[in-house]
Amino acid sequence: MLETISVWIAGGLTLCIFSFLYGDNPIYKFAEHLYVGFSAAYWLIYVWHFTIKQMVINPIVAGESGAWLLIIPLFFGVIMLSRWLPERYSWISRWSIAFTVGIGAGMVIIGQVQGYILPQLKATLLPLATGSWKTNIDNFFIVIGTVTTLTYFYFSRREKSTMSKFSRIGTAFIMIAFGAAFGYTVMARISLLIGRMSFLFGNWFRIVKPL
Amino acid sequence: MKKQVPLLITFLTGFIVIVSFFVPHRPFGILETQVLTWYAIIFGFTMLIGVDSLIRLHVRKTQRRKKGWWYSIVFFAGFLYCFVTGVISLIRTSNPFSPGTVFFYGYRTILIPLQSTMFALLAFFIASASYRAFRARNIDATFLLIAAVIVMIGRVPAGYKLWPRLPEVANWILNVLQMGPMRGVMIGIALGAVAMSLRLILGIERTYLT
Repeated sequence: MLETISVWIAGGLTLCIFSFLYGDNPIYKFAEHLYVGFSAAYWLIYVWHFTIKQMVINPIVAGESGAWLLIIPLFFGVIMLSRWLPERYSWISRWSIAFTVGIGAGMVIIGQVQGYILPQLKATLLPLATGSWKTNIDNFFIVIGTVTTLTYFYFSRREKSTMSKFSRIGTAFIMIAFGAAFGYTVMARISLLIGRMSFLFGNWFRIVKPL
Repeated sequence: MKKQVPLLITFLTGFIVIVSFFVPHRPFGILETQVLTWYAIIFGFTMLIGVDSLIRLHVRKTQRRKKGWWYSIVFFAGFLYCFVTGVISLIRTSNPFSPGTVFFYGYRTILIPLQSTMFALLAFFIASASYRAFRARNIDATFLLIAAVIVMIGRVPAGYKLWPRLPEVANWILNVLQMGPMRGVMIGIALGAVAMSLRLILGIERTYLT
């Protein structure tokens, strides 16, 4: 019984959202506001369960070693709430913002250099003369694609320099990459649409066999 | 106090996080994972501010009977339903996210269909966007068109029926031709992010304090 009610509610809400294809209308707005309200409460429960309870309360209650260090984020978390106070006191919340910005900036420097720049450069240093001609061609396109794309983003080059010619090749590569990415995204969205249609016509109306 | 202390905090935290990467000994060694936990805890508090601001907005809208105020009632209904079932599930079970709880039932019945349909809706808009983008007005647009069409057709059974090697070509475009430019873009983004982070740590970039 509960399952049937669940399918009917989910099906009805799916149609409410799809009604936007006709234009902005009250039915869509109803579903949209329900979505926002539900998500807000969902994230509150999520943060309570996975962050506050598991990262703060449980270690303190269990008396884990180093649990006292949690005073630091708790302090910055609480003073973040000073935004609720009058302007005379609310500036204290900047300390928390500064703390998170500092952590974020530090993590970005380490993460980007270690996780992106160096591995991507390493992966681009490919041999162009291997035993297999297919690998040679693949590697050639990857190296040329990366280098010419980087030259395209070097904006302080001279207008009619050799580098500009390279950047022209880079433009062609970028367009191919964007086209492929766009096509891939279209297919991903279509597959989501197929999923919803399968739910509507399979699980709800039972006209076709659900995927 | 209003500007210098936040700048000092940003510098010190940023510096300590970077140092902790290069010095894998106590007390710096454990800091890298520790600060991630701290970050998540503070993020939890910012969620409170965000939800509070959202609730205030809808309370104001309802009180002033602004246009479409009754949608705010729908917002509150959705919020209260999820919040109350969440609290009940928290009290009754140790994990409200486990299947079988009343909270999970609401999540599966309301949130998942709404969320996935929102994204599925994009399929229609992306189709109209592609109509505009895929016009071969010049050589660059033609490259975009050809790559997109091959990738799209190559990923469905009809593509295979058309030419059995088409999926292979689509995969080659994705894995080779797309790889180089995407790598270039990623390196560019990463360098930009590093430069911006350095500006933040050194106090050159201060817009977050305004």
